[in-house]
Amino acid sequence: MLLKLSLSSLYARLVTVGMTVIAISFSLMLYMSVEKLRTSAYTSFTDTISQTDLIIGARASSVQLMLYSVFRIGNATNNITWESYLDVVNKEEVDWAVPISLGDSHKGFRVMGTNKDFFTRYKYRGGQSINIDKGYLFEDIYDVVLGAGVAEKLGYDIDTPLIVAHGLQSFSEHDDQPFRVSGILEKTGTPVDNTVIVSLAAIEAIHVDWSTGAKIPGQETPIEEIRKMDLTPKNITAALIGVKSKLTIFNLQRWINEYPEEAMTAILPGAALQELWRVVGVVENLLLGISIVVIFTTLIGMTAIMFSSLSERRREMAIWRAMGASPRTVVGLLMLEAIFISVLSILLSVILLFFSLSILQPWIDYNYGILVNVEMLSLQDMYVFMTFIFASIIVSLLPAIRAYWFSINDGMTIKI
Amino acid sequence: MDENIIKIDSVRFYWSKKSSFKIFVPNFEINKGEKVLLLGESGSGKTTLLSLICGFLNPLSGSISINGSTINKLSSKTKDEHRADNIGIIFQQFNLLPYANVIDNIVLPLYFSKVRSANVTNQRESALNLCKQLRLPDDIDQYKASSLSVGQQQRVAVARALIGNPSLVIADEPTSSLDTDAQQIFLDLMFEQISNNKSTLLMVSHDRSLAERFDRLIDINEVLTRED
Repeated sequence: MLLKLSLSSLYARLVTVGMTVIAISFSLMLYMSVEKLRTSAYTSFTDTISQTDLIIGARASSVQLMLYSVFRIGNATNNITWESYLDVVNKEEVDWAVPISLGDSHKGFRVMGTNKDFFTRYKYRGGQSINIDKGYLFEDIYDVVLGAGVAEKLGYDIDTPLIVAHGLQSFSEHDDQPFRVSGILEKTGTPVDNTVIVSLAAIEAIHVDWSTGAKIPGQETPIEEIRKMDLTPKNITAALIGVKSKLTIFNLQRWINEYPEEAMTAILPGAALQELWRVVGVVENLLLGISIVVIFTTLIGMTAIMFSSLSERRREMAIWRAMGASPRTVVGLLMLEAIFISVLSILLSVILLFFSLSILQPWIDYNYGILVNVEMLSLQDMYVFMTFIFASIIVSLLPAIRAYWFSINDGMTIKI
Repeated sequence: MDENIIKIDSVRFYWSKKSSFKIFVPNFEINKGEKVLLLGESGSGKTTLLSLICGFLNPLSGSISINGSTINKLSSKTKDEHRADNIGIIFQQFNLLPYANVIDNIVLPLYFSKVRSANVTNQRESALNLCKQLRLPDDIDQYKASSLSVGQQQRVAVARALIGNPSLVIADEPTSSLDTDAQQIFLDLMFEQISNNKSTLLMVSHDRSLAERFDRLIDINEVLTRED
């Protein structure tokens, strides 16, 4: 009976209550989507590379090496020579190694030279391998394999011809040596999606007629001749290393860092990702902070609405009292109302969240490479909801105490 | 068995020591089954007296006994229960919860009183029965309280005050918002029902012309003295 009357009282104030519920549910949704994006971004980020024990490159900070070798952001300070690379590979601790050569681009996408081992050794999301979606890996020097994002954004398919540009923003193109798409990879949600992958030999081949970043004038070696040349690289940009025993990682890292013939750096990808996240994660924490403030604001708004409705409901409370309701019952009714409003808001916010996420998920994935998890609510979400309900009870105490005071003092003298 | 339904003895009340409004009720008694009209102008302390009788306010000294219980000695919880069990209240106006339907409004006191709900076997039926006797439309259960006319609302308030047969009905100027014709109809119906129920009626008004319907007429100034 009390519940029924309380609900019909809320229903009678449908517009005010409805607006409150909408305001609260939007702020809760904001909070939850920021939180979801934050955790998804973190997972996507830290899952970018796994099962690689060390990444080596020219001497640089770990964050910088991570950025250019894995995320393909920024440039390498220097290359490492093929001889140094071989010295590392020949260490008995090393199980496998994948060389990477960067520096060229195609329509804004980075071109990466590597060997076929890359496709079996590079793992993401806790051990997932890259799979080929269409076609095959490079067989010929002039074959390229495209990340899913590149193919999608440029509208390329198998056999599409393409020309690699020298450097990242240069207008000089390796137009004398056109490539052809041989394979397209499945979507991974990692920077691989936005990479044009060629063989190391191809990188050598397109630079045959180039010297120190510029084309040698008048020199144009025919393709047939290039094919016959020894295309073993002289330099590479970085390399992914796997060790036989995890126990030897630090020894090997030290050996590489102290390698006397060339200044090299070896980093632990996991540690570097964490370090990088500390820089990037600040923004997310800021967003989270803002959305918590928004929740507080709406809670205060709810209290304000309850306060203002209190004066018009003073008569109603007097009727309750005259019928024999104790002041506690009157207070209980108000709290029940607050709980009902917050539960309703939570339900609405969850619906809104899943609705908007399921619409936005492909778009976020496509544009930012973040796979947002649109699954069940986490235990943490439940904690947030419980805290919110608890907080709404606490803030509703203020108008409830006022109502208590009214109902004790009003008695038969009811102000309209 | 005590013959008095209301018995007030040497009751003193004021809001605060500095307040200019201090009242003293030396002795005030109403017998069971009596219909009493309490006359007084506004500001004379009528409403304060009713609040004391209903147990909304506590006297500073003296005793108030309703239907045999000294209510100013009761805990606030027991006092609320006692009010629900013994007193049906009709306000001047705006008696009903506007969002609830008529039947829910009428049976509301039964929710708070075990005694009164024990007197009613079928809540909905007795509510409808009371409505019928108060000449409310047959389809009254279809209405929301807010859609009724003022006269109808006051009659619903009578039904609510009477459901479950409380021994005392207190009405605070129930006719003041009605025009003369409606007043007469309302009073006829209310008196009929109160007589049927054998309840005691304490009604407050400033309209001396209503006196003939009552067993007794009391001037508020005879009941309480102002101590300024």
